[in-house]
Amino acid sequence: MGMTMTNKTKTWLGNAAIAAVLALGAASAPVLAQDYAAAKASGQIGEKVDGYVGVVGAGSADLRRIVDDTNIKRKAVYAEKAQSQHVTIEEYAFATGCTLIAKTAPGEKYQAPNGTWQTRTAAAPQRDSRCP
Amino acid sequence: MEAHGQGAGWSGWRTQVALAVLAAGSMTLAGCISVNAPEKPIVIELNINIKQEVIYRLAADAADTIEENPDIF
Repeated sequence: MGMTMTNKTKTWLGNAAIAAVLALGAASAPVLAQDYAAAKASGQIGEKVDGYVGVVGAGSADLRRIVDDTNIKRKAVYAEKAQSQHVTIEEYAFATGCTLIAKTAPGEKYQAPNGTWQTRTAAAPQRDSRCP
Repeated sequence: MEAHGQGAGWSGWRTQVALAVLAAGSMTLAGCISVNAPEKPIVIELNINIKQEVIYRLAADAADTIEENPDIF
């Protein structure tokens, strides 16, 4: 009887430990490409004029994590490309932003030149006058 | 009399200066009115120094960058 109880307790503790490890792993898990794609498609994050993504509305910790992670990776790419093109990171990012906003699909969010979030429709998006 | 005449000359000059100052003042006022803030909110000024020709030159390269990195764009 005593043995059975001990085994049960051990099993319970083991399960709890596994659950805790899983929860910890989930909290610090890398941002997956599908998380980013899903957030973008659902309009929870949107393309900004400056070439980075932003959280639309109040957002959540998960969305902010996706946005920060994406923007850090984008900035690294922008920095490398800007150097090869002999322009500033801001210029390269802005030029990419022009194309990214143009390429948004209907339902996705983008930032208009006045700073407001817009939902892309079948019509052309509102873009900065300097965009090609 | 001569001194008085000179004095009159001075006051004439002073009058001209005073008028000039007034004219300048009213011009400044008019200027103030003409540079009032527009009713529309000012758009993002962050990228004010980014020139259109630079954006045009980068367009093709930016499109390649987007295609090369589908996980972040």
